[in-house]
Amino acid sequence: MTRKLNLRIWRGDATDGALQDVVVEANEGEVVLDVIHRVQATQMGDLAVRWNCKAGKCGSCSMEINGKPRLACMTQVASYGDDETITVTPLRAFPVIKDLVTDVSFNYRKAMEIPAYEHPKDLAPGDARMEQIDVERSQEFRKCIECFLCQDTCHVIRDHEENKKSFAGPRFFIRIAELDMHPLDMLKNRKRTAQEEHGLGMCNITKCCTEVCPEHIKITDNAIIPMKERVVDIKYDPARMFAGLLKRDKRN
Amino acid sequence: MSGVFSPGRAKIKERTLRTDKWWIEPAITFGVLFSFIIYATFRAFENANYFAEPLISPFYSPCLSTACQDGASLIGQPIGTLAIFGMVISPALFILIFPLGFRMTCYYYRKAYYRSFWLSPPACAVAEPHEKYTGETRAPLIMQNAHRWFFYAGLVFNVLLTIDAVLAFRGPVSEGSEVMEWGHMSVGTLVLLLNATLLWGYSASCHTCRHTIGGRLKHFSKHPFRYKLWTRVSILNHYHQQFAWVSLFGVAFADIYVRTVSIHPSLNFYFF
Repeated sequence: MTRKLNLRIWRGDATDGALQDVVVEANEGEVVLDVIHRVQATQMGDLAVRWNCKAGKCGSCSMEINGKPRLACMTQVASYGDDETITVTPLRAFPVIKDLVTDVSFNYRKAMEIPAYEHPKDLAPGDARMEQIDVERSQEFRKCIECFLCQDTCHVIRDHEENKKSFAGPRFFIRIAELDMHPLDMLKNRKRTAQEEHGLGMCNITKCCTEVCPEHIKITDNAIIPMKERVVDIKYDPARMFAGLLKRDKRN
Repeated sequence: MSGVFSPGRAKIKERTLRTDKWWIEPAITFGVLFSFIIYATFRAFENANYFAEPLISPFYSPCLSTACQDGASLIGQPIGTLAIFGMVISPALFILIFPLGFRMTCYYYRKAYYRSFWLSPPACAVAEPHEKYTGETRAPLIMQNAHRWFFYAGLVFNVLLTIDAVLAFRGPVSEGSEVMEWGHMSVGTLVLLLNATLLWGYSASCHTCRHTIGGRLKHFSKHPFRYKLWTRVSILNHYHQQFAWVSLFGVAFADIYVRTVSIHPSLNFYFF
């Protein structure tokens, strides 16, 4: 069944822009990305939109739909009311390039700041073995498709541009957690740098990153809070304090 | 201008374009937590109607002051009767910092009150009103890292409140008698048992519990027993929010019940 859909699309660039109303046909089963493509094909030939797989696996079509960070390819038009206007804007935490396309290079810079896995020196490549239960824990974090919706919704940088210098964001906290939970990672001070250099302490656990994650990764419960607890282990744990064990662990 | 109105970002004048009723959740959370704070403050300062042997209100247990009612002190009275401007300090004020601290630093409650009281943020993708934000990196919010201290203290309280519930299996020898004997059970017994059970559930589902029991390990495979425990606590942890709320209601209900019974002892129905 085909119906007329009221769509408001933000159009503009870094200097100026506005929401523009458009009426477009929407067919049964279509997602928001489909109707954006129809608008692009029939009414706004120069509409800029980033997309790739249309299957929720590449993380390219991140945008805000009725104010919520979402993947356009995974958002059913039918999930909105027949008379409802769907408003589509670019991600509001990052600089806009054109229309629905934003500059997400902030995230790539942050990715480079995260220290990589450090293999044990006495273990030859190919000799490393992991038990399944050790693999499973970090496997959840490997589901990340780098859509950056969690980064977009995180108020630490969304509402405070100045924090971008000192805050890596939830996507990179799961990376840090994945490495810190890796049985063979030998890097020293990963917990301490997470707190002191990557801004783990700035997170106030409001769980928006978990709410918007299209891969349903429990970012807060399984990565950020465990990392905060690991920081407590080395800096604030009463048992360790009383036992005089607060001195830095070689593998922290 | 900063945040979503920063230079270079898409120029949109609205703080949020969400069309759903995003404000309902923080509004309800604010209402319920604020009501509890008002009630708990009133009860902490009331300094009366907290003991109806064998029942004691969780707000006043353990009762550590010599100002406590006769028979209400489970582990002695190490604190004397202190007064300010002639007013005796309520025994509740010596102990409530521990359960209060546990809940204030709880990872779930942090989400709840940061959103509903501090609007930081009020809801996802809704711009917060604050100009600056430093999170939990400096005083006073760096004190959130004391959650583990309060967790350990909370376990001690759970033990004491469980003992209170066990002691509630006593009852008067005969109607109106002040002499207690074992082998009785009243509605009050069930109320204190329920309260202690919910508090254990809240503590066992806590993120700090999950971490200390096994979450801090790098090799699950080298610690199979702790791994098993971790998987069990992880299941409970999934319901930590629910435990946080029902245990809060449980404490309030237990206190209301004990207060009612202390005023009208005949209302505590004994099954046997």
